[in-house]
Amino acid sequence: MDWSAIFSNTAQGLFSPATMAFALAALGLAMHFGFAGLLNFGIAGFMAIGAYGYAISILTFGFEWWQGILVSLVASVIFSLILGIPTLRLRGDYLAIVTIAAAEILRLLFLTNAFVDVTGSADGLSGYHNSFRAANPFPVGDYGFGPWTYNNNEMWVLVLGLLTLVICVSILLLLINSPWGRVIKGIREDEDAVRALGKNVFAYKMQALIIGGIFGSLGGIVYALPSSVNPGVYVTSLTFFVWTALLLGGAATIFGPVLGAVIFWVLQAFLSNVLPQLVSSGLLPFISSIQASTIRFILVGVGLMLLVIYRPQGILGDKKELTFVK
Amino acid sequence: MSSSANTPANPAAKTTGLHIGEIRPGVAKVDPIVTIDGVSRHFGGLTAVDVEHLEIPRGAITALIGPNGAGKTTLFNLLTGFDKPDTGTWSFAGHALAGIPAFKVAQMGQVRTFQLTKALSLLTVLENMKLGAKDQRGEKLLYSLFPFLWKAKEAEIEAKAMELLKRFKLDTKKDDFAASLSGGQRKLLEMARALMTDPVLVMLDEPMAGVNPALTQSLLEHVLGLKKEGMTVLFVEHDMHMVRHIADWVIVMAEGKVVAEGPADQVMKNPAVIDAYLGSHQDDDLGTITGRITLPKKGKK
Repeated sequence: MDWSAIFSNTAQGLFSPATMAFALAALGLAMHFGFAGLLNFGIAGFMAIGAYGYAISILTFGFEWWQGILVSLVASVIFSLILGIPTLRLRGDYLAIVTIAAAEILRLLFLTNAFVDVTGSADGLSGYHNSFRAANPFPVGDYGFGPWTYNNNEMWVLVLGLLTLVICVSILLLLINSPWGRVIKGIREDEDAVRALGKNVFAYKMQALIIGGIFGSLGGIVYALPSSVNPGVYVTSLTFFVWTALLLGGAATIFGPVLGAVIFWVLQAFLSNVLPQLVSSGLLPFISSIQASTIRFILVGVGLMLLVIYRPQGILGDKKELTFVK
Repeated sequence: MSSSANTPANPAAKTTGLHIGEIRPGVAKVDPIVTIDGVSRHFGGLTAVDVEHLEIPRGAITALIGPNGAGKTTLFNLLTGFDKPDTGTWSFAGHALAGIPAFKVAQMGQVRTFQLTKALSLLTVLENMKLGAKDQRGEKLLYSLFPFLWKAKEAEIEAKAMELLKRFKLDTKKDDFAASLSGGQRKLLEMARALMTDPVLVMLDEPMAGVNPALTQSLLEHVLGLKKEGMTVLFVEHDMHMVRHIADWVIVMAEGKVVAEGPADQVMKNPAVIDAYLGSHQDDDLGTITGRITLPKKGKK
């Protein structure tokens, strides 16, 4: 057992673009589900829009990196409008069905051979980094210490990711603690009651959907910043991983999704390193090391189930809330 | 059916002289706040509501009674924009309401409560109250990001909410989740929350359902208090004691139609009302009706 490698890889999970991407996406879901009560099972679609919007606008249209980010955000707003206009008037469960289907439609559109010139089909997209790296304020060199040592490009991604995360958390804090947030939470509890008090429920739900969608697509961009856009990433299981991170931390909290994403990735990194090593050192019989590294996904599923059954409010959730869950 | 036991020493006087001309279903009112013309609503083959003409008097307490399935709640939903009628026009304080969404109707000053109480469970009692307030800029997305733009108004709203909570004896519960309140307290909270909107017309859907007798008394007084403050009240209720006690005007619906209306004491004697709603056995012993106790039979009415 190579414990130093295991710990070093685990430690990297603490602070990686993927962790930040998950935190952002989970923050979007917290807005959707935790605060507004919108059951969005298509967060992977929002992330795909972010990633593809960014890469395509650079590769196909020759935009600068920051223009690419703007294009992604506009695209996610349009996606929210298309999703929301027909479904937000209906009951919550319909949104769940429509979002899961819409995310799949998007993924298949990105995957199909018809648009291979633009989307790269199954190969995905890569090599869109020039503009982003040219804007890198960090001089060439290594930064950080121990397991957290990064070259200047990785550092740039991390700093930008962290900055995005801090901005999004601050915005969510301001929104949720404002009268706007009060209306949103009221809608989560009972939208007819809020309507009877003279609030335009549809408009509020749409605003929540758009804001959460923007967070989700920012997550997709941060996910795509360091390397490439791969259509195999934006599958339905990504949606459920983000949900796991959200429920782990606490759906109706603001720091919960961030904490949940960190725990999720640290555990993922730990298990994907430790399980194959357990096999090779003979401690885990009957399975190959390839099988061992996929066991972690089974564990994620089991973890999600245990979480929902025994601690549905999540780690940071208010225990009082649980007393009254119907 | 004694109404004296709980009556306060100095009962609020009933408002009279609300109608013009002979009392009959659809009679014109001196000062109507709501006017309904030819409103009908069908669910498949069922006609839930079919009201030719109805006026609700301003500044009075009007009760809407009728058997289960008479269309009372459906009429409520139609008036408040929660449901759309198939035909007809209706207006509130001079504004035609056809095609106006529920939230705009509420903004005009017509607020309603629900038969199944809708307390916002995981919001605190105080948050529930503040949600009812009008003209809080901070409820707009862009304003909400800048607390200094809405903090002052928020303090104002909180003071008003606390005052109302005190009146409804819920002030000690302000930081509790609404879910922790009892059924009766939730009814009170829902009514108090409705008052936060400074309504002109308060529509209560079965305010007494499931409320214990002691609380009924205080709810009754709250309803009478609304009238004293110049609001118009329209309520649906099955508790005839409450209807007799506080309603200035009673409208009786059956099978979607208005079958009778008038001052409470007169309406209750109307044979159509007794047939459709009160039942001819209203003065008989319950045991006689169910047949479990045999008493000497009375002659048929």
